[in-house]
Amino acid sequence: MWEALQLEFMRNALAAGILVSVVCGVIGTLVVVNRIVFLAGGIAHAAYGGIGLALFMGWPYVAGTTGFSLLAAGVMAAVTLKAKHRADAMVGVIWAVGMAAGIILLDLTPGYHVDLMSYLFGSILAVPLADLWQMGAIGAIVIFVVAWYYNDFLAMSYDDEFARLRNIPVTFLYCLLLGMIALTVVMIIRVVGLILVIALLTIPPFIAEKFTGSLRGMMLLSSALSCAFTLTGLWLSYLWNLTAGATIILVAAAGFCAAVLWGRLRSMRSPDQITGTGNSQ
Amino acid sequence: MIETIIDVSGVWFSFNGQPILKDVDLKVPRGDFLVVIGPNGGGKTTLLKLMLGLLEPTRGTVRVFGQPPQKAAHRIGYVPQNVHINKTFPVSVLDVVLMGRLRSGRGWSSHSLQDRSAAQAVMEQLGVWAHRNRRIGELSGGELHRVFIARALVSAPEVLFLDEAMASIDAQSRSEFYEALTELNRTVTIVAVSHDMMILSSHVKSVACVNRDLHYHDSGEITQEMLDAAYRCPVDLVAHGVPHRVLCRHEDR
Repeated sequence: MWEALQLEFMRNALAAGILVSVVCGVIGTLVVVNRIVFLAGGIAHAAYGGIGLALFMGWPYVAGTTGFSLLAAGVMAAVTLKAKHRADAMVGVIWAVGMAAGIILLDLTPGYHVDLMSYLFGSILAVPLADLWQMGAIGAIVIFVVAWYYNDFLAMSYDDEFARLRNIPVTFLYCLLLGMIALTVVMIIRVVGLILVIALLTIPPFIAEKFTGSLRGMMLLSSALSCAFTLTGLWLSYLWNLTAGATIILVAAAGFCAAVLWGRLRSMRSPDQITGTGNSQ
Repeated sequence: MIETIIDVSGVWFSFNGQPILKDVDLKVPRGDFLVVIGPNGGGKTTLLKLMLGLLEPTRGTVRVFGQPPQKAAHRIGYVPQNVHINKTFPVSVLDVVLMGRLRSGRGWSSHSLQDRSAAQAVMEQLGVWAHRNRRIGELSGGELHRVFIARALVSAPEVLFLDEAMASIDAQSRSEFYEALTELNRTVTIVAVSHDMMILSSHVKSVACVNRDLHYHDSGEITQEMLDAAYRCPVDLVAHGVPHRVLCRHEDR
């Protein structure tokens, strides 16, 4: 392990993994409790269109993808707020069109063809230092915004009608959340890839929800779990020479299965305590 | 003259082209204990949400304390019909009650000591302070209901809206609950929506029947003519207050 840390790319990979984990723990928690996993998936896949556009136009990756993802998030916010009952179908359309547009734009890009795999599974071992700074900045913004509006996000996620009644700017917060999802997605795609964005946004919060009594605790535990999965995955991938992104996800999947089994066992032992965990702080 | 705090005038509301409320007028004076009754689908909850500012009328105006309802939000308390939302949500009972103290645009939101002592006072009063650290999903229906009332009262509102407040209360606790509401009514105006006729106890000061349109009964104005009129159509209920009240189903005028 120590010899691996001598390598700069490995140190960068570790830093990227930790940054992604913390942000995913925070945003993933809000995604899971607001039940907008499908929407997050839509934004992630639409972001693929941004990757295609950035390469086709010769723009830098982050600028192109961020812009496109924010646009997709804005459209989805408008659609889900205006036509709630058909929102899922519209998200599906944007999901597919964004992805297809990305592939066509890549086809049309002259010169060399980018390895699609690197955007599907990510390339955590090839994160340059400059990207780390960008990721750090995005992470800092996301955490600051969530901390600033923590109680408002809590009220909106638990009972949006009551939050509206207290004059909490629910619509603004919802758009803000989708925007932060877009930023996070752009950041994670680079590291664990498109397919696995959803996994990191959902698996750790899903596990954490069962073991915490507050939204804050759920964010902290998700981040910790995400870190554990990412670092274990990285280590195993180095040990056995496997693709890093895919290994991380399999580790997370193993953690997920273990948590589900643990939950089952526990509820078998005390059948009257299925919903609560008693772990309130 | 007693101040009118809720003024609904000429309000129409349609949803997908279907009229739900037609030309509704309602004035609620300060200190009133108004119960809004009517058949399911008759527009009771819609009327309540219009008064809360959660819905905008298609035509007409709603004023609460002389302002649009959104502007008066800090003077309003609300207990929703469904207290069983989001039961797996990781939030403590105390944090749910504290939501009632939220103000908009405060940012960097941590609750002040004042918020916390207000929450403690109202939770002790309602007997849920002992549950403060439990997860919301662990509570029974009756406990949840009291927590939601605490959330509504923690901001010391001047008017309290209750939507189907009886739904999650067992029969035994009801009379106790009426007593508590009556006590509360000394300082707070109460507007309760219910299809449960039992709420028409002697504590209720006025009744509004909503079925597309609205009929307001001030208990002081019940006359022999009204009773005669009432008995000519199917009788909905006889409420044993003082005086006895008989209300009828209102066919279209």
